[in-house]
Amino acid sequence: MADINLMDIIKEKNVVYKKTKVLTDKVMHYCPGCGHSTTHRIIAEVIEEMGIQDKTIGIAPVGCSVFMYDYIDVDTQEAAHGRAPALATAIKRLLPDRYVFTYQGDGDLAAIGTAETIHACNRGENITMIFINNGIYGMTGGQMAPTSIEGMRTSTTPYGRDAHLMGHPIKMTELVAQLPGTYYVTRQAVHTPNLVRKTKKAIRKAFEYQALNRGVSFVEVVSNCNSGWKMSPVQAVKWLDENMLPFYPLGDIKVPEK
Amino acid sequence: MDEDFVLMKGNEALAEAAIRSGADGYFGYPITPQSEVMEYLTAAKPWEHTGMVVLQAESEVAAINMLYGGAGAGKRVMTSSSSPGISLMQEGISYIAGAELPVVIVNVVRGGPGLGTIQPSQSDYFQATKGGGHGDYHLLVLAPASVQEMADFMPLAFDLAFKYRNPVMVLSDGAIGQMMEKVKFQPQRPRMTDDELPGWATTGKKPDRERNIITSLDLDPYRQERFNQKLVEKYRKMKEEEVRYEMFQCEDAEYVFVAYGTSSRICQKSVQLARERGIKAGLFRPISLFPFPENEIEALTSHVKGMLSVEMSAGQMVEDVRLSVHGKIPVEHYGRMGGVIPTPEEIVDVLIQKFIGG
Repeated sequence: MADINLMDIIKEKNVVYKKTKVLTDKVMHYCPGCGHSTTHRIIAEVIEEMGIQDKTIGIAPVGCSVFMYDYIDVDTQEAAHGRAPALATAIKRLLPDRYVFTYQGDGDLAAIGTAETIHACNRGENITMIFINNGIYGMTGGQMAPTSIEGMRTSTTPYGRDAHLMGHPIKMTELVAQLPGTYYVTRQAVHTPNLVRKTKKAIRKAFEYQALNRGVSFVEVVSNCNSGWKMSPVQAVKWLDENMLPFYPLGDIKVPEK
Repeated sequence: MDEDFVLMKGNEALAEAAIRSGADGYFGYPITPQSEVMEYLTAAKPWEHTGMVVLQAESEVAAINMLYGGAGAGKRVMTSSSSPGISLMQEGISYIAGAELPVVIVNVVRGGPGLGTIQPSQSDYFQATKGGGHGDYHLLVLAPASVQEMADFMPLAFDLAFKYRNPVMVLSDGAIGQMMEKVKFQPQRPRMTDDELPGWATTGKKPDRERNIITSLDLDPYRQERFNQKLVEKYRKMKEEEVRYEMFQCEDAEYVFVAYGTSSRICQKSVQLARERGIKAGLFRPISLFPFPENEIEALTSHVKGMLSVEMSAGQMVEDVRLSVHGKIPVEHYGRMGGVIPTPEEIVDVLIQKFIGG
């Protein structure tokens, strides 16, 4: 076999994929296999492809993705735990021609921030809400989340979540789909290449719909937290498929009427 | 009388003045005794003429975070509430101070603690002037004593908020909010254009600048400490430049009432009653409660024999008065609580009882 000079291959004409410019060069702090990195990348790619970097304002949550602003190169506000939809409400109403998105985990969006989530959705704020559901509090070390499924072991449900004792996991996405203020509601995942492509389409739509001024576009991403779940990345993906997805089935829940 | 004057409630005057200040947004939640603010704004529909946004939030928690978002976008935003509602906002106010955002918060104080009463009180002085939420921070606090000042302090509050990138609180009470007086408004100020929005605001990252980030988070303790020192320096500058106060018959006074807001209005009458009884009394009225006019109060110790801090509280501002005089003269406190307003006569009686005897 002939010697191959790498420099002959690494050329612009041979590029099949490259990092979007809307992602910074900072190395992400997320654990290997975590869905945050993939979802960040998708959001950044959508912003670049739509050409809206100069019109986009993001809201970061509290949790592992608190540092979203280190990675996605757009103007960003860091909200108190659960309050991202309140920030987004004001920003969008005061700057109505901008694209405003929130990025929240399950504890942020479905526990401490439930009121802000429900009421922003019910008012029909013209924003995009990205909801990362990994069924656990990752940053604080793996405690029960509102979306932890029954039987799930966490550091505060060491014998598994018992619905009689700790309440039921909440299906926030189905819940907000009932509200007249949501325009597009979907549940996606990012742990296989095919699902990544589908999620990107969903997030693209969720941003594009802001131009129509029809209300909230809400994208849940069912994700994994191998560190919080105390599993390897591969085990975590398998566990997600076998345990999370039966309870949180993927697909559109509310789509705009034709 | 000048026909530009109108008769209005304090809460309504503040709402009208907010529109005329060129405010971009009001976000609030109803609570007695300040609900007239949002009622006035929604009836006036400023969104049709100035473009000001008015939104009834789902809670005070949401409202204060709407302020965070709006101020982070560089806009002039405000809220109003009363004591229990202001308590709910404390988390957000701390974040706003930590992110250095300019917002205006009006507290029309009622009696507490807890649900307390709906009548006027001054029992939120500590909360307003000492921080209120978690972490080392201060609000700049202005205390109006009339319906006219409810109006005048709105543009002033916005200007100070932007000058210092710091939350400003207008600390009023149920009496000033509810009473009607004549008021004259300043002309309508224009709202900021997109080009006039501050450079640090999140308005969308233009290619010629780095992204703007609004946050109060820094996990590096040394960087966080440097930021804390920056805040300390900001508060020091406020003490240098923003002390506001009024003196009434203090020149020859042997005894001085120290009182703000509604109490200062009552004490004006007490000064007159005391002088009719042969007591040389005066009134020192702090207008800025933070920064507190400590040097100006200390200066009075050259000829004043004693001070009576009159507050509708169990004694909160009195601590700052005592700190100001450095033990040179006695400082006593008189307060009514729970929504009870003292009379000018009882204040004079207390002055005599505590300082003169007989």
